[in-house]
Amino acid sequence: MSGYDPLAQAGNKAKGKRPWFFENREAERVMNIVMALAQEVSVMRMRLDTVERLLDEKGMLTRADIEAFAPDKAEAAERGAWNQEFIARVLRIVQQENEAVEAAGEMSSEDAGKELGLS
Amino acid sequence: MPKDGAASNSSMPHYDGPPDYRLVGRHDVFPELTHDEAERFNFLAHMNRHLAARVLPGVKNAFEMRIAPKAGDSFKSRHDVRKALLKDPAFQTWSALRRATMEQRQQAGRWVTLRQGDALTAKARELTTGDDRLQLEPQFTVPNYLTAVDHHCMPGSYHGEVLPGDVTGPANYDCGIFATTGGALGRYNDGGGHAVVAWLKKNLPDFKPKRILDLGCGLGHNVLPIAEAFPDAEVIAVDSGAPMLRYGLARAKSLGINNVKFIQANAEDLSRFDDESFDWVQTTMFLHETSRSAMGRIFAESRRLLKPGGMVLHVEQPQYAADMPLFEQAIRDWDAFYNNEPFWTTMHEIDLDDLMIKAGFKPGSAIHGGVAAVVDTSLFPSAGDDKVEDYGRKAAWELIGAKKEAA
Repeated sequence: MSGYDPLAQAGNKAKGKRPWFFENREAERVMNIVMALAQEVSVMRMRLDTVERLLDEKGMLTRADIEAFAPDKAEAAERGAWNQEFIARVLRIVQQENEAVEAAGEMSSEDAGKELGLS
Repeated sequence: MPKDGAASNSSMPHYDGPPDYRLVGRHDVFPELTHDEAERFNFLAHMNRHLAARVLPGVKNAFEMRIAPKAGDSFKSRHDVRKALLKDPAFQTWSALRRATMEQRQQAGRWVTLRQGDALTAKARELTTGDDRLQLEPQFTVPNYLTAVDHHCMPGSYHGEVLPGDVTGPANYDCGIFATTGGALGRYNDGGGHAVVAWLKKNLPDFKPKRILDLGCGLGHNVLPIAEAFPDAEVIAVDSGAPMLRYGLARAKSLGINNVKFIQANAEDLSRFDDESFDWVQTTMFLHETSRSAMGRIFAESRRLLKPGGMVLHVEQPQYAADMPLFEQAIRDWDAFYNNEPFWTTMHEIDLDDLMIKAGFKPGSAIHGGVAAVVDTSLFPSAGDDKVEDYGRKAAWELIGAKKEAA
């Protein structure tokens, strides 16, 4: 290795001041950490899926088998669908906040309860 | 389980997500990826797809239901819309996730390429040393529009070098662009180049260029389909980034395409080439990474270099026409403000026909068309048929050009 550090330099900041979008920078920092973790959970789940498929097929396996694994089209669709489900679950709150836009006037259960108590 | 996977699939909804990363085409300077590194790119491709297909529509809804009604008719431009969006939580969340995904993609690709930087560089050196199809200028000054910020958050941009003879930057670009486009650029990320060739064969079937110039070629992914389509032509690919050109020649050779020269030059000053020495000047997703004054000079140079009857073609995302909704314009502008594409917003409002006339092309000589990435649709998604709009990133473009009058 000639005088550079892949681990540090892989994560270098791109030149140009970074935009932040949330009103609370700490929240956005945590979101970035959570999404990096989500990525690694996905990677781990895919590795497990690979192990399961290879065990189904061969009954035994080596780490080299895992590295050489390439899903066929149907297997890739199953794995892709898992990733879609996974992301949809992790980002459920985003979906629900967006759905709430269309329900701007809806009442809370507390308010509904008050009305029901009166009626 | 049966290898065709049919047994377990009957209860699953139809799958329309990105293909598996392992379909990405390999060549001699393509980095090696472990199982987990490939899966990281799969996840990021899914993230971008999710953000475009399932989160961005919520931003549009928020705009229509709670931003626009409050604004009345006070929105005069896409910038007014963008500034209002910045205060809305739906846009904030989509943006924060989109930016995070891009940064994760860069880190993932840089890790892959830097951990094998010495090996990649040695392979490129082996393939290019002593080959006069690679011409670098050690004293070259990179134009300021490429040094102000690192384009699309790619640390080091197109020209940065981490080690001598570096090719890790282009290797990162090559192996990671799948994540940003979900495979829509095809096996060799060359769907744009194939689209230009297909357009040409359909619309100008008699055009048989002998000498072709590609400006801002990057790692050459879009010029190779052109070189392949015209195997007897001499093709010259120009870029300002030495790592791109090294990698470009090594990649072209290992893919068996041998009629392309990779030359380091500034597209604003191509005085090394004679007047009227090219039949075709091409740029593909290049102009938006230049500047207003540079574009004027690039257009003038392209006209000077064209033979009478020759043709210049530029491929870009659509211009901000008056009939494009301001919301769409504001979203298309996202990369300009939040993904280090600083000239993107201005470039997309410039009257390109007018600029070509100012560069000397005759009124009425303009060429207009629309193209979508041409890929192997048995394996890769077809952008032309995709209803999901990832504004500014969809693999479907406008083609703008001009023909130089015959002598």
